[in-house]
Amino acid sequence: MLVLENIVKRYGDHLALDGVSMEVPQGKVFGLLGPNGAGKTTLIRIVTRITGPDSGRVLLNGKLMIEADVATLGYLPEERGLYKKMKVGEQALYLARLKGMDKQDATQKLKEWFARWEMSGWWNKKVEELSKGMAQKVQFITTVLHGPQLVILDEPFSGFDPINAELIRTEILRMASEGVTVMLSTHNMGSVEELCDHIALIDQSKVVLHGAVKDIRKQYSDSTYKVEFQGSPVAFANALAYHGEMMDPKVDGTYCNARVKLLHNATLNDMLKATLPVAQILGVQEEVPSMHAIFIRAVSEEEPAQVNTGMTE
Amino acid sequence: MGKIGLIIWREFITRVRKKSFLIMTLVGPLLLVGGISLIVYLGMQESGIQNIVVIDKAQVLTNKLQQSDDIKFFYEPSDMSDSVFKTSPYSAMVEVNPMILENNTIQVFYKDLPSQTVQNYLSTQIEKVLEKEKLRVNNVDPEVYQRIKTALKVQLFDIDKQGKQSYDQIKAGIGFAFGYIIFFFIFMYGVQVMRGVMEEKQNRIVEVLISSVKPFQLMMGKIIGVAMVGLTQFLLWIFISLILGGVGLSFAKDHISASAVQQAAAPQMSTQIEAQFAQSTTVQHDDDTNKQLSTIMDIWHDLPIVRILVLFLFYFLGGYLLYSSLFAAVGSAVDAETDTQQFMLPITIPMIIAISIAQTAVYNPDGPAVFWCSIIPLTSPVVMMVRIATGNAFDHPGELALSMGLLIATFIFTTWLAGRIYRTGILMYGKKVSWKELGKWLFYRG
Repeated sequence: MLVLENIVKRYGDHLALDGVSMEVPQGKVFGLLGPNGAGKTTLIRIVTRITGPDSGRVLLNGKLMIEADVATLGYLPEERGLYKKMKVGEQALYLARLKGMDKQDATQKLKEWFARWEMSGWWNKKVEELSKGMAQKVQFITTVLHGPQLVILDEPFSGFDPINAELIRTEILRMASEGVTVMLSTHNMGSVEELCDHIALIDQSKVVLHGAVKDIRKQYSDSTYKVEFQGSPVAFANALAYHGEMMDPKVDGTYCNARVKLLHNATLNDMLKATLPVAQILGVQEEVPSMHAIFIRAVSEEEPAQVNTGMTE
Repeated sequence: MGKIGLIIWREFITRVRKKSFLIMTLVGPLLLVGGISLIVYLGMQESGIQNIVVIDKAQVLTNKLQQSDDIKFFYEPSDMSDSVFKTSPYSAMVEVNPMILENNTIQVFYKDLPSQTVQNYLSTQIEKVLEKEKLRVNNVDPEVYQRIKTALKVQLFDIDKQGKQSYDQIKAGIGFAFGYIIFFFIFMYGVQVMRGVMEEKQNRIVEVLISSVKPFQLMMGKIIGVAMVGLTQFLLWIFISLILGGVGLSFAKDHISASAVQQAAAPQMSTQIEAQFAQSTTVQHDDDTNKQLSTIMDIWHDLPIVRILVLFLFYFLGGYLLYSSLFAAVGSAVDAETDTQQFMLPITIPMIIAISIAQTAVYNPDGPAVFWCSIIPLTSPVVMMVRIATGNAFDHPGELALSMGLLIATFIFTTWLAGRIYRTGILMYGKKVSWKELGKWLFYRG
């Protein structure tokens, strides 16, 4: 488990992180969200020890993180690239050895990965001969090759076609199932909903939202349900009485689709009890707010953003 | 191999494997030796045989000029019109006026400008004939003339080194050559360091790298790796130059001895006076050559060659480390090569000052400008080499120690400084960086 405690980072006059704390549970996919310039990259750079915090602590598995822990980290930065003139295999080997792997082990693991992702023919190609997507695959492999316990991926899906994005997605889920903690920084809310168990939302150098995705959704849900029933919409609405309000009924013969917003702390059971006598309930589904909607609501509830003057993202 | 070792190895091997390295390694000495040989060769070899017609109405020079393999003289007692000369097979036309013994002037008309060698040969030959003619007219015995004729030789002695001739200026020249090599090396490879840093930044690989290694390790790995490339290239150059030089020298030797034999044989065909005259000059010439040889040997023995080489290596590496770290800092701060200008200038200026002061040091190794520039670390690697070669630096060991100590302290300081700028700069994209900004980076907490 990775724990950040009260991290403060200042660049000149610009406060990049203002007392940021969060917990990233082991073996989960953790989404680090936030608008551009919020401080995500700075936070990641502190975790990867590229830069140090002005104050605050980073704990890895309960212990203060030290330089040697960098070897158990895999980091795929948003601004990423490879030496264009170097051969793919040689370069991957170099990056792996910089992570502390020995040559034989790294070669063997690389060959396995290359075989698995059907890119064995690339070994002796120069990077400049690869397409952007191919280079991204090489980069992903070099990020996770050394078997890190914490993998930090900054916008991992950018530059991938849907097929390769799926490949990465599968890999992320596989790693999480094997106990690897994955920290994902992205603007792609679709992949957050699909992959993340926990999130933290940073805005203007502060954490504004933090926790399990389920809990956050509940917190942001406004108790609205989609109800499909057979019967009279008017009778249904009357039966609801003070438990809720019916919206947008769509009638199709004797069938009806409607949205019901529960009022006065009524539960789904209350609603069902009230309406069962007058209607045949065919289906009920809670309208969960999308991460996209939550993101926008959480950010716009904050003060208007200042002009960012510090580190670029 | 540690991480920094890996980085050094990568920097080294990727550069050495490049075609441009191979080409530079082969072409460098070829250019050097080839250039020198070409100059020598062109100087020796004339473009074909020069047929020179001498218009000699007064018959002063007729049949008296000594010919060589490549230069033939033909004599005409009457004027030749320009159009006739233009269509004639002669390459040049020498007009001798009747008053030549008084005004010492000839006029040479040419189709293609004769080389310096031909011109020198021509004037030497004519001077000889004129001298002889004047001796005859004035009734002076050639032998007496030889005794009177004076070529002054100046021998310089340093009062502190009794009994030894001083060749300070020649030695200063050798020192300057060493200094120039340092200057060249710093620029060539300093810029390579800068380019390398910029490449990593532009490729966006740098953030990947520094999640595994410290920025300082990355910077030092690059600096050391490139230095090793430079040293390798340098050693290869020396090696190849020696081989090529050896081949060239043996070739030149054959050539020179052949022409010497011709020169020695030539006088026998002339009149007795001419023979005497020519012999004495030949002897004198040989004498000069021997003296020159012994002078070279003297300088060689007098040069503290081991100390020079050791100190050369010291100043070479010290200067390189100092400047290349600054180059690395510049590379880290900018996004594109065009933005380097404003930061390059303050790095370039001290180097240019150094090389021009070193140049003056050849003529005035003890001047105050030379002294100060040999102490100040930004210029000392180049300028001190001159003082080392003359031996002046060893007479003032305190100054030498100060210069060396300051250089070490300064390169430690500049690498530290560069490291601070570097670690911030490499992660900074899309920003025009000012001097003020660079100053701020120094004080960011790591």
